[in-house]
Amino acid sequence: MAWLHTWAGLVTGWVMFCVFVTGTATYYRSDISLWMRPEVRAAAVEPGVAAERGAAYLKVHAPKAVAWFVSLPQEERPLLDVYWFDSFDTPIKQATLDAGTGQLSTARATQGGDFLYRFHFELQMMPLVGRWIVGASALILLVALVSGIVTHRRIFSDFFTFRRDKSAQRGWLDAHNVTGVLALPFHLMITYTGIVTLAFTLMPWGIASAYRGDELRLFVESGQSPAWRAAAGRPAEGLPLAPLVARAQGEVSEPLEMVIVNNPGDAAATVVAVFEEPKGLAHRHPQVVFDATSGDVITRLGTLKPAAHVFTSFLGLHEAHFAGPALRVLFFLCGVMGSATIATGLVLWAVARAPKAGAAPGFGLRLVRGLNLGTILGLPIGIAAFFLANRLLPVELDARATWEGGVFFGAWGVAALVSLARPHARTWREMGMAAALLFLAVPVVGALTTDRGLDFLGFDAAMVAIGLLLAWGARKVSRYRGPARARAAVPDALARA
Amino acid sequence: MPDEAALRTADPGWRLRAAVAGRVALAAFGGYGVAALATAFLSLVLPMARSEAVATATLLSFAILVGAVIWVFSARTLARAALGLAVPGGLLALGLWLALTLVETVPAA
Repeated sequence: MAWLHTWAGLVTGWVMFCVFVTGTATYYRSDISLWMRPEVRAAAVEPGVAAERGAAYLKVHAPKAVAWFVSLPQEERPLLDVYWFDSFDTPIKQATLDAGTGQLSTARATQGGDFLYRFHFELQMMPLVGRWIVGASALILLVALVSGIVTHRRIFSDFFTFRRDKSAQRGWLDAHNVTGVLALPFHLMITYTGIVTLAFTLMPWGIASAYRGDELRLFVESGQSPAWRAAAGRPAEGLPLAPLVARAQGEVSEPLEMVIVNNPGDAAATVVAVFEEPKGLAHRHPQVVFDATSGDVITRLGTLKPAAHVFTSFLGLHEAHFAGPALRVLFFLCGVMGSATIATGLVLWAVARAPKAGAAPGFGLRLVRGLNLGTILGLPIGIAAFFLANRLLPVELDARATWEGGVFFGAWGVAALVSLARPHARTWREMGMAAALLFLAVPVVGALTTDRGLDFLGFDAAMVAIGLLLAWGARKVSRYRGPARARAAVPDALARA
Repeated sequence: MPDEAALRTADPGWRLRAAVAGRVALAAFGGYGVAALATAFLSLVLPMARSEAVATATLLSFAILVGAVIWVFSARTLARAALGLAVPGGLLALGLWLALTLVETVPAA
C-alpha cells in the first residue's frame, strides 16, 4: 500500500496542490471580489427595486430570451448581476449593473474571486475537460488518502513524532505526517465532498439508467428546481416584480438571492424568487414560483427527501457557506494544511530519491524537482501577480478581466520555466523571496492606486502574512545545512584530526 | 502490491513494468466500470423514490470505486485482481439488464 500511496500521490500532487490552494482562497471569495472592485461601495437597495431594475435592463437588451436571472445585490457583493439565455442551445450571457442606477457598472472589469473559484474546479480550461481532470485527480487523491491511512499502522505515535534534525528525509516525512494527520478528517471530508460536487459529471450512470439521461427531471423530482413550464406562444404583460417579491419575502425569512423570469413576455411566463440557504448544512435554496401574469403561487420548494438532503449537505459542507468567521478561519487553516501536506509529500518524493553525492540526478528526478518548484512557488507567484494586475492594469483596458487572467498565467509560466531550467536549492530560495516580495507589494500598490484607506485591512493583513510566511520559508531553505547530527559530527572529526 | 522491493531497484525489468501497467489500467477502467454498473443498477432497484435512489447510488459509487481500486492493488496476482472485479461486474451487468427490462423508466409526468 505504501507504493500505491507514493505514486497515486505523486501523479495527482501538482493538480491537487493547485486545487487546494485556490479552493482555500475561495473560502474568502467575496472578500477577494470586494478588494478587486475598489470602486464599488455597499449601497442599500430594496430587493424588489433591484429586481425591477435588472428586469428593465433585460427587457431592453434581451427581449427574446427564454430566461432572465437577476442576482440581487448582497452585502458581500454590492452589484446587480443579470444573466440570460437567448435559447437553450446558446451559452449563458451576463452583464454587471450598478445596483443604484440599473445601468452597466463602471467599476473595473474583473472576475474577482470568481477567477480563483472557477480555477479551483475547472483549471480555467473548457469546463468539461477541467472538471474531469480535477475530478479524476480527486478520486486518485482519495485512493492516496485511504492507502495512506492503511500504510500508517502507527498513526497515533507518528503524529507526535517530529524528527526535524535526524535527516532531511525524516524531517519532510514527519512534516507530511503531521499536516496530513492533524487535519485528516478535513482532508477526507473535503476530497469526498469535492467529488460529490462533480458527481453527475463523473458518474452520470444513475441518471442514465433511471432517468434516461434527463438530468433536469431528477432535480425537479428531488424538489431542487421547479418544473419547466413551456411557453404559450402568446405575448402577455407580466406583473411588476416588486410586489411578487414582497409576497415571497412574507413567506420565507432568508434573504432574497435571485429572481428568475422564465419565458419573459409570454402568457405562460413564471417568476421564481430564490432565497439564500437557511441555517444548517444543506445547500438548498427555498423558492417560490409565481405565475407572472396572474400572480398565483404555482409551487413552493423547501424541504428535501433524506437522500437529496444528504447529497446537498455534502455540497454545503464543501462550500462552508454555513461557517461564521471563526469556523471559516478553521476551514481556511485546514485548507492551508491540506496544501502543505501535498507540497511536503511532493518534496519528500524528490528528497527520498536524491542521488548519492557526486552522481547526476536522472531525468525523472529533475522533472519532478522542476514541477515541484514550478507548482509550489509558481502558483503563489501567479496569484500575487494576479492581484497586482488588478491594481496596475488601466481601468479602461479592453478585455481587462481576461488580461488579469493572462498576467496570472504569464507570471506562473515564467516561474515554471525558470524552475524547469534550474531546479536547484538556490532557485527555491530565490523564487520564495520573489513570491514573498510580490505578496508584500500588494498592500503597498493597493494603497498607492486606490483611496479606500483602511477598508481592506483584513485583506492587506492576509497578504502581509502570506508574504512573511514565504520569506521565512525561503530563509529556512537557505540556512539549511543538512541534518544536525551530521553537522555536530564535523567539528568532532576536526577536533580529533 | 507485491514485489514492492523489486520496484525500488534501478531497473525493475519489463515483466514487472507490464504487471504494474496492467494493475493501473485494471484499477482505472475496471474500477470505474464496476462503480458505474453499481450506480446504474442501484438507481433502478433501491426501494425508494427514483430521485432518492439516484442520489444514494451516486453517493455510494465513489466509495465503491475507491474500494475496487484498493482491491486491485492489494490482490496477490493480477489475475486474482481481475477476477475480483469481473465477478461482481458480471453480476451487476446481469442485474442491470434485468432491471432495465423490468423496471418502468418511462419519464413520469
